Amino acid sequence: MFAQSLKMAWSAITSNKMRSFLTMLGIIIGVMSLVVLVSLVNGATGAVTSEIGSLGNDMISVTIRDDKGSPLRLENLAEIASDGAIAQVAPSGTMAATAKNGYSDASVSVNGTTASYYEIQGLELSYGRFIKTTDVDNSSYVVVLSYNAADELFGMDDIVGESISINGRNFQVIGVLAEDTSMMSGMMGGLSVYVPFTVQSRMAGQPYITSLSVAAANDTDTAQTAVENYLLKRFQQDEDAFTISNMSSISDAMGTITSTLSLLLGGIAAISLLVGGIGIMNIMLVSVTERTKEIGIRKAIGAGRKSIMMQFLIEALMVSLLGCIFGLLLSWGILSLVTMIAGSISFSMSLGVVGVAVGFSSCIGLIFGLYPANKAARKHPIEALRYEG
Amino acid sequence: MTAASKPIITMQNITKIYNIGGEEVRALDGASLTIHEGEFVSIIGPSGSGKSTMMNIIGCLDVADEGEYMLDGQSIEQYSEEELARIRNKKIGFIFQSFNLLSRMTAMENVELPLIYQRLPVEARKKKTNAALERVGLTDRGHHKPTELSGGQQQRVAIARALATEPAILLADEPTGNLDTKTGNDIMSLFHELHAAGNTIVLITHSEEVANQAQCRIRIIDGRVTEVE
Repeated sequence: MFAQSLKMAWSAITSNKMRSFLTMLGIIIGVMSLVVLVSLVNGATGAVTSEIGSLGNDMISVTIRDDKGSPLRLENLAEIASDGAIAQVAPSGTMAATAKNGYSDASVSVNGTTASYYEIQGLELSYGRFIKTTDVDNSSYVVVLSYNAADELFGMDDIVGESISINGRNFQVIGVLAEDTSMMSGMMGGLSVYVPFTVQSRMAGQPYITSLSVAAANDTDTAQTAVENYLLKRFQQDEDAFTISNMSSISDAMGTITSTLSLLLGGIAAISLLVGGIGIMNIMLVSVTERTKEIGIRKAIGAGRKSIMMQFLIEALMVSLLGCIFGLLLSWGILSLVTMIAGSISFSMSLGVVGVAVGFSSCIGLIFGLYPANKAARKHPIEALRYEG
Repeated sequence: MTAASKPIITMQNITKIYNIGGEEVRALDGASLTIHEGEFVSIIGPSGSGKSTMMNIIGCLDVADEGEYMLDGQSIEQYSEEELARIRNKKIGFIFQSFNLLSRMTAMENVELPLIYQRLPVEARKKKTNAALERVGLTDRGHHKPTELSGGQQQRVAIARALATEPAILLADEPTGNLDTKTGNDIMSLFHELHAAGNTIVLITHSEEVANQAQCRIRIIDGRVTEVE
């Protein structure tokens, strides 16, 4: 009986293909917007989260805003690093400067730091070496260039031993970092160069540390608490004297934003699915009226209310599920295309969103099919048989 | 008519009242009749005489307001629509003036439809469908749609559909009304064959000529059975 109902529904749908297609279009568009929007948000989120993850989730950044008369100096960092929860600490003083090589010059951001910065930030060298502790101690005028800075100034990156001038002072190039292809560096832009902290602080006229990076030994949260306690003690328990953040709190915030975003977009798409459902109901009502005679004949030869009800309900369900399938296929096509165009980010349909689309479409088919199907089932056989339309 | 054959239809004082525009219309007013197994009976009456109402009640499309109706040993009372549908499906084979075939389906699918509602398995359905189509001489037309068939052939498909379930009675409402004289005569001779094969046939018509071909005539005027001959 069920198989027969499926067959009847199929023949009813195919007997008027154009109308069935237009009815499905509402569901197709609804499913497509749901799946594509949610998948785009998820894909972008995934890409951004993995970027943040690659920056090092165990890194803690501290910015000091008010030193309360007891500023941090380089030698204080050892005190922080002596805590068991903390692996390494590095200062990072930044200033903007102009770097020159012969006739080519560029605006660069100069980072004054120490040797441990290399590991905390997870940097990678392609030539030479990074800043060493002796460079810091001796205030050597040496510089490590980022790939972009080397490219800008020299047009090549194998330049160890060359020299450049930064704000009029001569620096020897000791290393060049590997090219950073991540999205974050693209977003941040700018050309970075790294010099010993002592050199940078002298050039900037800022002998104290206002910003530092900390790497946790094991657990990021324990390390963060340790740093916080140290700073609170130093700055007279004033929580507003400094800000402390780690990458996992950033990625948590990111996650909250994107999940809200995908819920919002999904909700909007769900509304269009609902509109599609109303379209199905509309056409089913027309169809029930058109097929009054058929209903009468079926009833005369022995179809009960349940059989008629099932027939029309299955028809509505089939229209919405077919629409759903077409919608999913189109979404898959669109997402493949976007992935191809976007290049670095891959967008794929998650099983979850496919499940939601199928479930939602079947619910809509059922709910909006119920009223027309019931209307068909309740037709009086004699009147239905007499109907001429 | 043999005295030994059992009655298939027994009606006692059947009354059906319609309310049309606030006025009570007695479509049937105490009609009584008996039809036995294997009989070929025609019910004749002018339009408005109540013969359509009679057909609806015999065919279990409607129930009487008063009186008793026994069909094949079963009392048809105030049944629910679902139960009436089941009785129609098993006991009644309808044949209509306008054939009433489903145009989207082939002849074979049309004949198969009442068997589907009986929830028979596929093999049994195929067997019965083929037997019924063979009975009306349309075996080779099974895959045609009604629109590809002539009027006479369409009516034969309708008769095959009525026969497929092996019902207690064949209930034909003006079966020749939409056909030309020659085709009409062919259909009537098919009815005679079916009667000879033992089917009980109730034929409703307004035409004396058609009615006279039946073994027994029941005349209805103003909602009453006036004459049984």
